[in-house]
Parts: sequence; structure tokens; C-alpha cells
Amino acid sequence: MYLDKEDELILAGEYGETRQKMMEILVALGKVFGAEDLVPISSAQISGASYKTIGKWGLEWLNNLDAHVAVPSVLNPIGMPRENWEEIGISKEFADNQKEVINAYRRLGIKLECTCTPYYLNITNYGDHLAWSESSAVSYANSVLGARTNREGGPSALAAAMIGKTPNYGLHLFKNRMPGISIEVEKGEGVHANHYGAIGYLTGKLVGNKIPLFKDIRPSRDQLKALGAAMAASGAVALYHVKGITPETKLPTFSQDPSEVITIEQSEIDALFSDIDVDAVAVGCPHCSPDELAKLAMLLDGEKVKRPFYIFVAKGVKDANLQYVSKIEKSGARVIEDTCIVVSPAMDKFETVMVDSGKAYSYVPNMCGCNVRIGTTEECVRVAIS
Amino acid sequence: MSFTIKGRGISKGEGKGALLVSPEPISFLSGVDPETGIVIEKGHFLEGKSIAGKVLAFPYGKGSTVGSYVMYALKRNNKAPAAIINEEAETIIATGAIIADIPMVDKPQKSLLDMADGTSVSVDGNTGEIIVE
Repeated sequence: MYLDKEDELILAGEYGETRQKMMEILVALGKVFGAEDLVPISSAQISGASYKTIGKWGLEWLNNLDAHVAVPSVLNPIGMPRENWEEIGISKEFADNQKEVINAYRRLGIKLECTCTPYYLNITNYGDHLAWSESSAVSYANSVLGARTNREGGPSALAAAMIGKTPNYGLHLFKNRMPGISIEVEKGEGVHANHYGAIGYLTGKLVGNKIPLFKDIRPSRDQLKALGAAMAASGAVALYHVKGITPETKLPTFSQDPSEVITIEQSEIDALFSDIDVDAVAVGCPHCSPDELAKLAMLLDGEKVKRPFYIFVAKGVKDANLQYVSKIEKSGARVIEDTCIVVSPAMDKFETVMVDSGKAYSYVPNMCGCNVRIGTTEECVRVAIS
Repeated sequence: MSFTIKGRGISKGEGKGALLVSPEPISFLSGVDPETGIVIEKGHFLEGKSIAGKVLAFPYGKGSTVGSYVMYALKRNNKAPAAIINEEAETIIATGAIIADIPMVDKPQKSLLDMADGTSVSVDGNTGEIIVE
């Protein structure tokens, strides 16, 4: 793999042991995946932020590192909000360990945003190369924004953040971004706007790691987010395309016609929805956009929730939209930052949780040990207030 | 009589020890006890054996990426393998070997998976050379 003079010096240890190790990781991964060179990245999003995941040894490794990140970098959601964690039933022991991990990352120069939606905080442009970790963020960056990132593990994302480059292979190369399978959705453009999480959940199960191309649906940005997050959870979809909607489908060099075609039938979508009893409701998986917060504020205006209703969001997005947050919280619903439905122990105590997300629908049974019901955002609000 | 097998250096450094072969992939997370270096995955080919100080040869890694940190834990507990030889490196083992300072080589021109356990083997992660005594 080609390295420039500066990279060679880093690899030789001229810029300290930590940077040397990080360069060794990038070079090894470049070898493993056949990269010809390193490509500069504009931002990083690092997984392994939860103490539950990395444990005491991961924490010790982080504490022994001695360098700063070279590009804007954020973290994955953690197990709790950094403030007021007692209010959602987090134990002090968990909180103390989690704070240690956060402090270890702070020392490395990482911005303490713990979110799966870094694209609402750092401007991410078409064609940018990135080193992001969280599966729905990777899917959104690649598909909706037309940026380029592989799905990184914790150490490889941190290595890329500290060097400011990543090995140039996989989804960084345009030739690897062409669709491998066409998806037809039965009702096409007439599909119900709130079904995108369910469509993604079903599609991800069928396509595995192939790149899907949808031809006949017209989702908005928030619906694309729901679609991609669900496909990345039930399958291994890091990139998908929607003809005429996502940016790369508009390029003359884009190949439009995979020979393999599968159909998602309306009856399959309908079969996911049920009306079982729930004891809590949670939305914001992935974290809510400002528009989604506005919609929830409108739906909850003048209402009172009758069971716990949690809304998850990036701290930066919460702080910038306090007018919606206060309206929402007047209803008794809680807007929670830094953590999420899937990684927080807060949901574990419920028997059945209702969500509006195909991704949460896929993960909640295993990761929180409770039953799950999927509904539209409107249905979630209706259930919470009745 | 010794002979040399050429491979590809993945993690630098030199290590020497008795060969321990697993024809099956290894998951370090929940597959190896970080305190003892003993393989604990139920039904694994190496179940109950210690990888500490061995030259560990296996096809490739499997399981969670958190396995990289378990390799680091093994090193801190002085229970890490002396070196690792993979048929084909992937992210978890390559990253783990580097952060734990375990010499590692992959793609050996001649596979070591059919050699006898206990054979004395030296691994040079800088040059990719494997010397079998």
C-alpha cells in the first residue's frame, strides 16, 4: 500500500507511540482488504462508547493512548444520558464506569456527542470520505448524503480519526457502490408514508449484504433514515439506492438494472403491525431529526401521557430545539439525549415496548429482553396518551 | 532441521513458542478467558487448552469486534500467545494483535494447520517469515 512521506514518518514512530500504533492498524487493514492507498476523511464516528461493550480492558487501552484526533469525531450512543441519569433508573455503578469511558474519549479530543445521527451535527457533504461505525449512520451517510464510508469497528474508526485517513477500499471506491438487487414494493409510490421502517426490516432480511435499489417509492429524508436503519439492523446493508431520490442514482455512470428482483408485498408489511398491550412507548431510533421533534410536539400538544413515553435524540439537536422539547415534556413524555432504546438498560424493565422504528423492532427482543410492537409515530403517540 | 515459510507480516515483532493448531476459527470474546488464556468456547476444538505463550495457528477470527480488546487483556495478564498465524487475517484479529503487541503473520505459503502441536516455531511479524524447527 502506498504511504506518503508523512505517513511513513508516523509509521516509523516519529510522532509518538500512539500515532504509530494507529497507523499500524490502518496499514494492516489496508493489506487485509487490498487497499492501494489511504484516503483523507472529513469526520469520524467511533463505536465502543458504552462500558457494557468495551469493558475494563477496552477502557484501560483507551486510558493508555496519548494523541488527539485529527478530524471532527463523535461517539456512538452510550448507555445513559450524561446528566440526570438517575431519572431513568440507571445504577450508580453503571454510571461511574460509563463516565470513565467518556472521560477517556474526552482526553483524546473527541466531541462528547453520543449519537447515531452525527449528520445533524457535523456537516457531511456528497463525496466526503468518512470513518463511521454505527450501522444506521453509515447507511444514511452512504445512501442519502452520497458520502463514502465502510462500517468501521471501534479501534479502526479511532485509528482513522487520529491519522485523519482511512484505507481506500470497499465503499470508498465508486465501482463497489453499484446495486446488486432490485426491490419492488407492492404499492409503490402509493405506499403508506409510515411503513418505511417495516419495509426496511423486511428488505434487510432478504438481501443480506447486497446493495438494494428501490425503483418505485418516494420517501422523504426522515423516511429514508427509517428505511436504511431497519435494513442495516435486520440485514447488513451499508448502502442502498432509491431511483431518482438518492444522489448517486442521478449519475450517468450509475448502473440501474440488477437482474435479481424481489417484491415486498403489502400483506407482509401489514402482518408486522399488531395491537398487543404495551407498558411503554419509545421513539427516536435512529435519533430524532428537528422535524421529527416538531411533529411530536404537535401531536402531544395539550395531551398527557398515560404510560412512559421516551424520545431519544442527539444532545446537540435537543439543545437547538428547546421549544419543541418543552412542549413534548409538558405532556409527561421524556426527551433523552446521548443514549437510545437499544443500548440503554432503561428499557429492560418493561414487558412490552412499542416503537415506530424497524431498527428497534429488530433489536429490542434480544438486547432489552422484552416484547416489541411496531406502529407509526402517530399510533405510538395515540397509545402513549390512551 | 529447520525450514522457512514465507507469509505476510500483519503485526510487527518477533515471537517464538510451541505450535498450537486450531482448524476452526476462534472468537476471543467469550471464546477465550482473558484471565487464564484458556479456550472456553463450548465444543471448540481447543476447549480447555491454554493459548498462553503458544504460536497459535488458526484459519481466521470470528465473533464480535470487542474480541480485539480481549487480546489486549490477555497480553496485560501475561496470557497472550507468543505469536499468531492466520490463513487469512480479518479486522478483529489483525487489530487485536496490533493493540496487544502480538506478532502476527497471515497467508503462509504453506499452511501450518496440518503440523503437529508442540513443534517449535518462530514468527517474524516484520518480515512475514515463519521458521519451523
